[in-house]
Parts: sequence; C-alpha cells; structure tokens
Amino acid sequence: MRLSYPADIKVIQVPCTGRVDILHLLNAIEDGADGVYVAGCLEGECHYIEGNLKARRKVEYVKKTLTELGIEPERVEMYNLSSAQGARFAEIASEMVGKIRELGPTPVKSTHAA
Amino acid sequence: MSELKSGSNLEKVLKAGHFAFTGECGPPKGANVTHLKEKFQYLKGNVDAVNMTDNQTAVVRMSSLAGSVLMIEEGLEPNFQMVCRDRNRLAIMSDILGAYALGIRNMLCLSGDHQTFGNHPEAKNVHDIDSMQLIALVKKMRDEGKFMNDEDIDVPPKMFIGAACNPFADPYEYRVYRLANKITAGADFIQTQCIFNMEKFRDFMKKAVDMGLHEKCYILAGVTPMKNAGMANFMSRFVPGMDIPDSLIKRLKSVDKKDQAEEGIRFALEQVEEFKEMEGVAGVHMMAIEWEHRVPEIAERAKVLPRPVL
Amino acid sequence: MIVADRKSLEEILTMVKDNKKILIAGCKGCVTVCNVGGLKEVEILASSMKIARKKQGTHIDIDINVLERQCDNEYVAGVSDIIGNYDAVISLACGVGPQFLSEMYPDQTFYPGVNTTFFGGATQHGVWEERCAGCGTCAINNFGGLCPIARCAKSLMNGPCGGSSNGACEINKDTVCIWDVIVRKKMDAGKLEDLIGVRGIKNWRTARDGGPRRSIREELVQGNI
Repeated sequence: MRLSYPADIKVIQVPCTGRVDILHLLNAIEDGADGVYVAGCLEGECHYIEGNLKARRKVEYVKKTLTELGIEPERVEMYNLSSAQGARFAEIASEMVGKIRELGPTPVKSTHAA
Repeated sequence: MSELKSGSNLEKVLKAGHFAFTGECGPPKGANVTHLKEKFQYLKGNVDAVNMTDNQTAVVRMSSLAGSVLMIEEGLEPNFQMVCRDRNRLAIMSDILGAYALGIRNMLCLSGDHQTFGNHPEAKNVHDIDSMQLIALVKKMRDEGKFMNDEDIDVPPKMFIGAACNPFADPYEYRVYRLANKITAGADFIQTQCIFNMEKFRDFMKKAVDMGLHEKCYILAGVTPMKNAGMANFMSRFVPGMDIPDSLIKRLKSVDKKDQAEEGIRFALEQVEEFKEMEGVAGVHMMAIEWEHRVPEIAERAKVLPRPVL
Repeated sequence: MIVADRKSLEEILTMVKDNKKILIAGCKGCVTVCNVGGLKEVEILASSMKIARKKQGTHIDIDINVLERQCDNEYVAGVSDIIGNYDAVISLACGVGPQFLSEMYPDQTFYPGVNTTFFGGATQHGVWEERCAGCGTCAINNFGGLCPIARCAKSLMNGPCGGSSNGACEINKDTVCIWDVIVRKKMDAGKLEDLIGVRGIKNWRTARDGGPRRSIREELVQGNI
C-alpha cells in the first residue's frame, strides 16, 4: 500500500493516546501550529483499556479553552481508527488539512510584538 | 387556656369555640396604600384576622409590619408574618416590640422562602435563628417578659403566636412530630400550607389528633381557591412543598375555561364544609391569592358569615 | 479540604492585561488535591495565557512556581529572591495564599486566579461538595453526624422546612435536603426522640459573625515541641 497524505502534517508517535497531555496540545497551539489532532485506536479497542477515551476528554478540554480564547475549537480534533486502516489514516490527514486550510492560518502569532 | 394571652380577636374567636376564618393579603410592590386599602375592604368583616405576608416568595414588598399597621387603621386585625430570612435576633426582637407597640397582637413565625426564588437572588440571607426558635422567642418575650439574653423587657409584647405547618412536605412521617415541636416551642395556633390533597390531610389530622395536638393548639386548615387549571399546574410544578392531586387538575380541566374559577371555588367550599366537621380543625385560613375581591362571596357561600364579634 | 474553582481565562487575562512579565504561583496544598492550583493547572494556565497574548500580538513572559503551601510563611519566604522580578503575580492558591504573599511582599501585586468556594470533599471524581461552614462550634453529633448549618440552605437547627420534597431541597432538585437525611437516619435507628423538642439558639460568636478568628496554641507559640 503506497498511500500518500499531505506533507503539512508532523507525526509525533506516542505509545498510546492516553499519553497525550492537555499541555502537549496547548503547547502545540502556543508554538504556532495551525491545528492538532490526536489519532487514537477505535473506541473500545484500547490496549490500555481507556487511553483513547481519556485522550478524547483532553481534546474536549482544549477545545473549551480555545473557545474561551476566541480561537476556533476545530483546530483541535480527536479521531479514532485502527492500525490496520492505512487508507483511513490518509483520509483523516487530508480531511484535517482541508479543514485547517478553510480556517486559515492560526491567529496565534509567534512573532514578538515590540 | 383560661386567661387570654394576647387579647387578639383571633384568640377570642378560637377560645370561644367558634370556627375561625382568617384571610390573607400581600402588601404592595411599592408604597401604593390606596390599592392596599381597597383590598382590605373586601376582607373587612368577612374574616377574623388577615395575614400580612412578609416579602413572600422572597420578593420585596412593603414591610409586613407597615402593612399590618395600615390594616389596623382600617379596622381589621392583622396577623403579622415574620420570616427569619431577613432579620437577625436584634431586628426580630425590636420589630416584635414595635409591632406590639403599634397594636399588633397576632404573629406568624416562619423560616421564609429561600431568597433564590425571589427577585433579589443575590441577597445574603440571615437565618440567625430558625422558625422554631422564633416561636420560642416570642413566647419567652410574652410569658417571661425577657429578651433572648434574659434581660427584662419594659412592657413585654403579648402576642398570639402562630406557626406554619406543611403536612405535604417530606419526610411525611416526621411532619406531625415537627408540628408537635412547634407547639412545644409555644405556638398557640397553626395555619397549614394550602391543602389540596384531602386524603393525605385527613391522615395527617388523624395522627395529630391521636397525639392530642389539637387540644394544645388551634389548627387552621389552609385553603386556596384555584382560579383555573393553569394555576393548579403551575403551583404543582413550581411551588415547593405543594401537593396537588391530578384529580383536582382534571376536575378543573373538565369544565370550560370560563367556568374553571367557579369550579375552583366549589372545590374550596367543599373543603371548608369538610373541615368544619373534621376532628382537630379549629378553622380555615383562606388564602385567596390576588383574589381578595372574591373573599366576600367565598365567605358567604362557605356559610361562615357573619363573623362573631367578641 | 478547601475547594476552589479557577476564574475564567477572560477574568484572569483582564487582571494582567498591562503586564509583560508575570509569575503564576501554585500551591501543593488543597488546591492541588481539588485540581485547580497544582503544577498541572499552573502549566495549563500559563500556556493558555501565552496563546491568548500571542493571538493578541502582545508578548508576555510567564514563569511558574508551585509553593509547598502558600498558607505558611516559611514557604512563602521561599520565593523572596524572585518575587521582585515580575510585574504581577497570579496565585492559584485559595484566598489565603495571595494574602500571605501580599503581607510578606507589600510591593508586589498579587491577583487571585481562583474563586475559593467552600470546605468540602470529593463525592466522586471531579465533583466536590460542601460539608462544613467553619462555624466554630461543631455539633454534628446531634444531627446524625451531618451538618445542617453548612448543608441546609437556611441553616435550620430544627428542620426540615416546608420546602423539602422527595429528599431534595427547595432551592434545587440536585441539592440534597440534609434534614431529610437526618430525619430518616434517626427514624431508621429508632432514635426519633433525638428530634423531639426545640434545639436552642446558636451562638454565632465563634463563627465569622464574631469577627475575624484566631486560634492560639500556647505550647506551640513558645517553640516546637
């Protein structure tokens, strides 16, 4: 399978999405990422029982925070797919990139205002 | 109960063994004395005493003390309501003294609806003492002539002490004991919450009579005539501690909208007839909410007129 | 423990809107346990504030420091070397913390980052409830071990009032009528007699009504024992 997905995405591997922290997501936005998404296992199929469910709750928390700050919550998302769904992985990547393109660049600018 | 405790008309009526008939009147949301006096005219001569509510449902109105005094000026006898929500013990005692000095002889001691129901939900509540302790305090001031701190009162206030009772609140099994506690605290008379569930009230009164409470205190049954099925629905859903059987709502709905008020009055009149015969019930407290002008007709049809003059 | 809720980001951001360099001070005491002012929450607030300021285009430097306890001067003294480096300090401790800080460092401005709410505990993960009103005269043994001062909306000593319905308080269906619980407990235990008669009037002098309170333990005032 030689599937291609947009080059805009930087993949960070974690042993389980349960390892993803609210701070990881916030720091990504803080450092200028236009969007962040977490790709976890299918719900009910977490090897660590509920790592992906916890990840979803953290994503929801960050969405709430962004909303409070007047930033589109859609910049942060949670997806579920199995490791066997390569095609789905590529599809999600394109979907997320498309969505972010629609939203435009992040309003969080890393340039220092004098 | 050989000597009169306060000498109020209500006390005399009850002591003489008459079936008491009391009314209720909410003070205005403002200083509109003219309107208040109009409402008094509907009650005058048709009831033994009139409850003057104290910021009821925690909505700010003219003070019950001022309303009571205006009532006296118009020749009616007030039953001055006092809630513990808005006053600490200092204000409570000074208001009692002031009330007595201005001619008030009946008092109804209440905890008060929580302020979150009212029009100033941001208010701080007081609840320095509770309604049970308020009853005991009024009794102490009257019978011992002392303030809460045991200092002597120069001319003690002689009040006929009233308390409320809601047989329809939970836990039901405890309610009759709470009533007994209020009587122990010093209540001379009780006015119950509006009764709609007659079956439950019959059971409650049987328990009260079995405990002999009716011999220590006058129990007045609370009656509110329903203006329409909508009012019954609203009260059932939104007024805490109300028990309105579906059968009553059905009965009101079964007649034309324009006839629902008459049906409501008919139900109230049936209730009054039953209370006249019910063991332990010494009278009726008619709470015709914003319906004072119907009281003369209700009193007439309830066959409680003329009121005794003692 | 003391329970608190974090203030909204909007409120916190408004407090320090003119500041360029701030410190967020957490506390390892109660607010860590109730997940509002420990290391994790301090970091989250710092990141959220940086995002907000970057979006606005006004840079802010934020340092963080989590004190062992902000209600003990020996720990408050621990930040003496750095406290002067900031335009302002946001404390995520309960209301006690920023006061101890303000008293020790009168030249610095301290903002409360949380609303301190009550003395209570977690009834389930993520849910805290009030249990104590700190009235200074505990008598819960008279009420089946439950406090009507803290838990009855009207602090009734001779409850339950006429608004008790199906075990719920009249103010809110989600609020337990504690008097319903007390009465049922006594009845189940066959101790109804405990609720017969009138319970005397409470002395509020030991509560906040008597003025700000102070607790002195002489043997400790003289030194550690």
